[in-house]
Amino acid sequence: MSPASPDPSSDRAASAGAGAAAATAAAPPAAVDEDTLRAEQRWTPAKIVLWVAISLVGAIGWLMLALARGETVNAIWFVFAAVATYLVAYRFYAKFIQNRLVRPDDTRATPAEAEYDGKDYVPTDRRILFGHHFAAIAGAGPLVGPVLAAQMGYLPGTIWIIVGVVLAGAVQDFLVLVISTRRHGRSLGQMARDELGLVGGIAAFIATLTIMLIIIAILAMVVVNSLGESAWGVYSVGLTIPIAVFMGLYLRFLRPGKVFEVSVVGVILLLLAIVSGRWVAETGWGEALFHLDRPVLAGLIIAYGFIAAVLPVWVLLAPRDYLSTFMKIGTIVMLAVAIVVVRPSISTPAVSEFASRTDGPVFTGALFPFLFVTIACGALSGFHAMIASGTTPKLVEKERQMRMIGYGGMLMESFVAIMALVAAVSIDRGIYFAMNSSAAATGGTIEGAAQFVNSLGLTGVNLDPATLSQTAKDVGEESIVSRTGGAPTLAVGLAGIMHKLVGGAGMMAFWYHFAIMFEALFILTSVDAGTRVARFMLADVLGGWKPRFRDHSWRPGAWLTTAVMVAGWGSILMMGVLDPLGGINTLFPLFGIANQLLAAVALAICLVVFARKGRTWSLLIIAVPLAFTAIVTITGSAQKIFSSDPGVGYWANHLAYRKALADGKTELGLAKSVEDMHAVVFNTAVQGSLSILFVVCTIIVLLVSLWRTWQALNGKNLLDTEAPRVESEYFAPAGMVATPGEKQLEGRWADHLREHPEKDLAGTVGH
Amino acid sequence: MSPLTARGIRPTPDPRAALRGLRRFARGVLGSDAYDRYLHHHRITGCSHAPLSEKEFWRRKYADQGENPSSGCC
Repeated sequence: MSPASPDPSSDRAASAGAGAAAATAAAPPAAVDEDTLRAEQRWTPAKIVLWVAISLVGAIGWLMLALARGETVNAIWFVFAAVATYLVAYRFYAKFIQNRLVRPDDTRATPAEAEYDGKDYVPTDRRILFGHHFAAIAGAGPLVGPVLAAQMGYLPGTIWIIVGVVLAGAVQDFLVLVISTRRHGRSLGQMARDELGLVGGIAAFIATLTIMLIIIAILAMVVVNSLGESAWGVYSVGLTIPIAVFMGLYLRFLRPGKVFEVSVVGVILLLLAIVSGRWVAETGWGEALFHLDRPVLAGLIIAYGFIAAVLPVWVLLAPRDYLSTFMKIGTIVMLAVAIVVVRPSISTPAVSEFASRTDGPVFTGALFPFLFVTIACGALSGFHAMIASGTTPKLVEKERQMRMIGYGGMLMESFVAIMALVAAVSIDRGIYFAMNSSAAATGGTIEGAAQFVNSLGLTGVNLDPATLSQTAKDVGEESIVSRTGGAPTLAVGLAGIMHKLVGGAGMMAFWYHFAIMFEALFILTSVDAGTRVARFMLADVLGGWKPRFRDHSWRPGAWLTTAVMVAGWGSILMMGVLDPLGGINTLFPLFGIANQLLAAVALAICLVVFARKGRTWSLLIIAVPLAFTAIVTITGSAQKIFSSDPGVGYWANHLAYRKALADGKTELGLAKSVEDMHAVVFNTAVQGSLSILFVVCTIIVLLVSLWRTWQALNGKNLLDTEAPRVESEYFAPAGMVATPGEKQLEGRWADHLREHPEKDLAGTVGH
Repeated sequence: MSPLTARGIRPTPDPRAALRGLRRFARGVLGSDAYDRYLHHHRITGCSHAPLSEKEFWRRKYADQGENPSSGCC
């Protein structure tokens, strides 16, 4: 160490240059050397046996799911097929991507080390960061999409969730994390501007902002649909607000920083809120106060979204985020345990009648492309690119850890989607369709629902109205007919599995409301966090015109931008809630398409970055999923825009209703009045216009990025946007468990850090 | 030299160490350890001014979070 430089940052630079010439003992290497790495990779008979066994378990799982044609299939096969495929993909494909495309360099400092500030940039233990990253990417999306996709049977959904995550979703999360980490943790939007230039950047910006609004609107609609006319649900979800505010006050004034302790208190209060919901809902005043219609609820959520987004974060957003993280990890672990222990048997067919039709009651359109967009987050989610660029890159310790955090984190999310699918297909198919067909189809009554479901002509389905009223009674609801949106169906499935593990039949209602509560919790957090992000994006644009908007503490500006963004998603939400055609089944494809268009944008940016780094054939790792998602989303959009089938195309439906109105008809299809018909005309025009906007923006981004990639492959326009290399003086293992070579190097670092505590950035070696 | 004691990894299972590890994991995932990280940063970078109090630190942290929102997921 140079005595003239007590400041650790200049010390770092000095020792990077002088290396072993320094006076005291030189630091150990920042990476395990290549020879040791290679030796540890070498195949041994034990390893071969292990991987053959894993592959066999996976193969048996897939065979049971795909070929067994018994009456039922056990849910455990889903777990085997999924987990074994994930392990093989993680060990082989993710490693292949790492070696061929990413080529991580552990001697290079990550932003967490190079820009260490103790606040945003802090090297974080990889296992903690994995949990943190997973909690940030997982939300209501992977829980809802697979439920709707179950309309086509379990097999198409399962294949896409597992194969899609391996080849597309996890690749996207991994690579976005990689490119952002090499760029000081820049956001996706900033990278789009840097890599694609002005036009591509603007198109990416518009796509990101509008997609965010539609995602918030549709998630909010899922909450409205699960709480509408449910006094118990409204009461217990409503109580999360005072509970969160209490936690915020506690952290602000009583015991600052005691996050863990207040979260435990918060979770206990939350459980009390669920339990007491039954008593409240059974009283006259509870029923009068909390039994709300969907439009009223939508109005409340819009007001809530505005208030929550302008309040300081410590009041509501931060404490609710703690609750939501706690519940998320707890519930997902619990559900995994329950599925393995209870092993429900599934009587839903592998491929249902609707797989080859376009007129399913849950969502319309053919399997290709609409199944792929409906599953949304569980297989491939563009929204993750916003998390993978931003927070996580500023915390990751070593470049070689990104495979575990980016790729591995997304595999976990996919597993959540598989569990949601299992929960959805474990319930009786008749009940499934009664819950997920729009009120316009079922009439909202048990008799109407039974009649409608029986008229679908599904083999083995003969629904009795008494079954519906009994199920509603079991889960503590007035009715379960036409509770669309996926969340209530998942809650019924989860209650059906969980009550066998804990509590027996008497606990079904608790588990149902528990599931509703935790989904609402995620979604409300997404609603106000998303509104805030959207508001800041708008403020930045308006700042170009009136610089004062960039001053975020200027309250009128904050209120105005928030109001505009809330009006944006609020109007789509209201439109969906009042939609005579059922709302969620027409809007959900728009959400799925939007989310995957964003994924196409993220993959396109990765393609340009790696082409500019001189990769050639290995670009196929990105190009193949990019082409697939581009084809899926552009075909989906094209069908939504151009299809002449009014059940699928927004404009076809729009024209059909306009024509009917012009002909003086007073009802058409599910719209039973002239007013409803006018609503359909308006809604389809909005939906159709949004489809056009999304797809046009994305096509611009795709064309620009293909052009840039072509240039790069020909050695032209090779922008280097990477941050300058900083030599690393830090070491941490790459995987969940340290290898012997890594352990040995960790030991050398522990000794070194005891002598040089100023280099111990993560503070893991004794104080 | 004791390579195995680094980062709390020990050769034999020790329930107390496991509990400590679990606590560290939970605090890390929730972000409860932010003030400890800040103090650690303060200590090892040798700043001459006194560190912020825990209360003041969290106030600033939440104020920062309000200025730089990050979205949760779908």
